[in-house]
Amino acid sequence: MNADVNAEVSTEDELARVVRDHAGRLAGALVSLLGDFSAAEDLVQDAVEIALRRWPVEGIPDRPDAWLFTVAKRRGLDVLRRQQNYRAKLAELQHQDEQPVAPDDRLRLIFTCCHPALAREAQVALTLRVVCGLTTAQIAAALLAKESAVAQRITRAKRKITDAGIPYRIPRDDELPERLTEVLTVIYLLFNEGYLSSTAERAHSRDLVDDAEWLTALLHGLLPNEPEVAGLLALIRLHRARTPARFTPAGELVLLEDQDRTLWDQTAIAEATALLTRTAHRHHAPGPYQLQAAIAACHSEAPTWAETDWRQILVLYDMLLTLQPSPVTCLHRSVALSFVEGPAVALAEVDRLALDTYPLFHATRAQFLRDLGRDTEAHVADERAADLTANPAQLDLLRERLAR
Amino acid sequence: MTRIVIRLKLSTGGKRVKYVLMFIETEEYLKELDAMTPGEREQAYQRVYQWFDDHRDKISDRGNKLQGAETATTVRLDGGVAMTTDGPFIEGKEVVSGFTEIDVADLDEALRMVKTWPACPVVEIRPVAEM
Repeated sequence: MNADVNAEVSTEDELARVVRDHAGRLAGALVSLLGDFSAAEDLVQDAVEIALRRWPVEGIPDRPDAWLFTVAKRRGLDVLRRQQNYRAKLAELQHQDEQPVAPDDRLRLIFTCCHPALAREAQVALTLRVVCGLTTAQIAAALLAKESAVAQRITRAKRKITDAGIPYRIPRDDELPERLTEVLTVIYLLFNEGYLSSTAERAHSRDLVDDAEWLTALLHGLLPNEPEVAGLLALIRLHRARTPARFTPAGELVLLEDQDRTLWDQTAIAEATALLTRTAHRHHAPGPYQLQAAIAACHSEAPTWAETDWRQILVLYDMLLTLQPSPVTCLHRSVALSFVEGPAVALAEVDRLALDTYPLFHATRAQFLRDLGRDTEAHVADERAADLTANPAQLDLLRERLAR
Repeated sequence: MTRIVIRLKLSTGGKRVKYVLMFIETEEYLKELDAMTPGEREQAYQRVYQWFDDHRDKISDRGNKLQGAETATTVRLDGGVAMTTDGPFIEGKEVVSGFTEIDVADLDEALRMVKTWPACPVVEIRPVAEM
């Protein structure tokens, strides 16, 4: 990559960051004001599109929030000419310095975008667009979806919010746990989408992991006493801390056991672990995100793969399985089990799982078979894994193993 | 730090939304109902009456319980000639068995109501179109 491309990328990143910091806030305030989710969102999207065209040429304004606000307001007065009600409200709206603060309405915005009456993929697209200020094109590129499909998904979701009377409100206390779970699922999905996708294919598209972390940090700031929000934030940060070691310079995936641990961001690990510990002290009975973060923390603190505290990890997986039984979690647990009880026990455990179409199932079996000296069977299992995987980085890894 | 100042009073309250709740029966539910003693069935009805009573301020039209799907007749008008057939418009294991109209603040209020519904296992919530 040459210097010019680098500069271009960093300007783009900077643009994306600025838009993300302000677009959701503006959308939140406008929905409150107009009482019309769809109309407010359209205004903000318009302003964002104009900003993305003009800022690269004119430079990012000193006060991007005021800039976006002015454009959205002008567009609003223009577009909504016929709707006297909105026009009057918009005309009243002012943007001033050092004035009493409009509440940060982004929490309401998040809960509306992640309402359980919306389909999961609509929740994901809507959250990216409305809360993070992504354009439809950016969302499509990041999710490897067609732009027209994403646009339609968003239009339908917005129509449903209006027509079905989905409220713009923070859920009541008795509804909050269930609704928060829904929000965290959406963010976790974004994180996985970004984290597991290959680097090569999406090198120039939006880093969804960054958006997932930003969203979780925002949520943590707005709901500081929710332990699972803190848990998800720690989980994402612990994974991100290992990013520099996850790929070779050529873009090949490096497994956790083979990573150069000196490349890990120790400051980020220490901070995330501290957040997790603080949360655990204040709340008993950790939820699934805290447990997953605790497992990630065990890996992050281990000097080598072999010296990992596998017994502790096994206990954490058992707790996780009690909360959320899942064959995939059992599969991950089996790796810890193989270190504590040996590969024979672990193999017997995974052979009970109905995961025949899951590539990692066969790759894990292959590892245990190799540990047991059953190389021919291991080879067959690796081949099966390679047949099933669609991820180019994982495929490279399996091919290399098969060639050995 | 610049902030957006909203000087208007936010008036999001007051608006109401009408929904029709469509109650849907499944084969298993009907079997359960059949297996009940008369006393148990009476209690089941009582729970339904109680639900209607608990939510009477939000129910704008109690609607009706419908006769079984085997009594349905469907007419199709889209083929040029009116076609009359026996049975519901979709043959399935789940059939609409009744409806009620409610008048509430938003979907969340409707959801809260429906989550306490004591009878058939599926309820569809549809906003009424404003004409």
